[in-house]
Amino acid sequence: MAPRGQQAVEIADDVHWIGALDPNLRTFDLILKTANGTTYNAYAVRGAKGVAVIDTVKEEFSGDFFTRLEQVARYEEITAVVLNHLEPDHTGAVPELMRRAPQAHIYVSQRGLKLLSALLKDELEKYVYTLTDTGDVCDLGDRRLTFVNTPYLHWPDTQCTFLEDRRLLFSGDVFGCHFCDERLYNDLVGDFRFSYEYYFKHIMRPFKRYVLEAVDKIEPLDPLLIAPAHGPILRDNPLDYVRSYRKLSNSYLPNEVEGKEKSLLVFYMSAYGATADMARSVYEGAGEVEGVRVSLYDLQGGEIEPFVDLIEGADGLVFGSPTINGDAVKPVWDVLASLISIETRGKLGGAFGSYGWSGEAVPMIEDRLRGLKMRVPEKGPRVKFHPTEGELVVCRAYGRALAESLAGKTRPKEIDLADL
Amino acid sequence: MAKGKLTFTDIGVTVNVPAGTRVIEVSEKVGAGIIYGCREGDCGTCLMRVESGMEFLSEPTALEDKVLKENMAGKDMRLACQAQVLGEGEVKLRPA
Ligand SMILES: Cc1cc2nc3c(=O)[nH]c(=O)nc-3n(C[C@H](O)[C@H](O)[C@H](O)COP(=O)(O)O)c2cc1C
Ligand code: FES
Ligand SMILES: [Fe+2]
Ligand SMILES: [Fe+2]
Repeated sequence: MAPRGQQAVEIADDVHWIGALDPNLRTFDLILKTANGTTYNAYAVRGAKGVAVIDTVKEEFSGDFFTRLEQVARYEEITAVVLNHLEPDHTGAVPELMRRAPQAHIYVSQRGLKLLSALLKDELEKYVYTLTDTGDVCDLGDRRLTFVNTPYLHWPDTQCTFLEDRRLLFSGDVFGCHFCDERLYNDLVGDFRFSYEYYFKHIMRPFKRYVLEAVDKIEPLDPLLIAPAHGPILRDNPLDYVRSYRKLSNSYLPNEVEGKEKSLLVFYMSAYGATADMARSVYEGAGEVEGVRVSLYDLQGGEIEPFVDLIEGADGLVFGSPTINGDAVKPVWDVLASLISIETRGKLGGAFGSYGWSGEAVPMIEDRLRGLKMRVPEKGPRVKFHPTEGELVVCRAYGRALAESLAGKTRPKEIDLADL
Repeated sequence: MAKGKLTFTDIGVTVNVPAGTRVIEVSEKVGAGIIYGCREGDCGTCLMRVESGMEFLSEPTALEDKVLKENMAGKDMRLACQAQVLGEGEVKLRPA
């Protein structure tokens, strides 16, 4: 049953695993680690009218893939090549597969077309392709594959493919993990629970909204078997893994600030206390606005990871930093560089800080916040050295204005472009 | 020079702008909720909904049209990094 040597493995009637094992991999996509390597799972489904190949492998493993594929099908029998995800770890063998089976019809999601053309370049025009959406079908004669569009899990193109007669879901990266064990099935391999959650946190977490939409589409299919593109094939309680995606997509922290109330976090760093004084005034000003819960944190006293969890659940973030050697201070950048694993799009952002002569920190932070797809409604205050009473009043007003913007209480205003 | 008005309804801000101004040049400065990726009409991140005054925006270029189609955009949608104000009228917009 295990893929000893280079055997294809039948995982359901006329459905074979034809992927590759990569036990020595330790870092994947630069952003995550794996203690157990990974697998690139590809599959072949045979029907009365031909064979569908679902995904391939990373290019350097093409040899294993073609060896296994050739055990279960001849190239001229391949009528369909289904690409659930266009990342190179699954499309490495696609160009060569299409050269060997040029008659095969490619099935790819609408958003995948651009990526497919970047992959196949000029060769694409030699092949036939169909752009898929939820409910579309690939007919293999006596059995059919239907497509489930699951965008942003974790690329724009991602989709799942469902083999109706076996209730088998080919899920791509979704429900996958980096764990290499040739026993292949979740009830036979070693303990991969950590790998499963870790994979979610690093790959799927920024796309929680889309995860919940996808789970809503997948649960009613009630799959008996989930065949992801990495790691164990889920045959024992497959729905548990779907449900765990729902659970992992809920907030990490119990929801204290709830309902209509908005949460605004003020972070700061300060060497001589000037930016700290500003931070307190911003915090107090924001606190005057009803419906906004404000919190104040000194970055010197915290660690990145809990801050990231806090930020994920917050509606607005403000950073106070002095300017040191023409830049904001490193702990601010450390936090701002650690937000790729959560969604920041649409949150409110702001920055303020004390400086001596050039004051670059505030605009640099504001640009970064915009780069994180946050909206920055107010120009942040900068103060030379220690703030005066009057300057603290400005900081208070700034905090209030941010909180009002969060609470949707800003009065309509009209301005000229030149005044911005 | 002809002037137009851009109103970002999500934040309630109206800006008077000269003809030829792109929405992107204004929306970030006022902190409206429209967001950007490539900033050159390729990725579709900056999709926005035009609530009124579509006639006071430049026609979409072939490139913008293609990206709008790829993103299955409705008739009232445009790319904020591409659309330019023609002047003489008010355009009301918000994030898509
Ligand atoms: C986890 C992950 C996330 C990605 N996110 C984006 C993205 O948001 N926007 C983008 O344009 N490309 C994105 N990419 C695509 C990479 O930039 C692209 O594959 C690139 O060619 C990789 O270059 P490299 O071979 O030098 O690593 C992402 C790739 C990975 C692996
Ligand atoms: S930002 Fe990419 S299309 Fe406008
Ligand atoms: Fe991927
Ligand atoms: Fe993958």
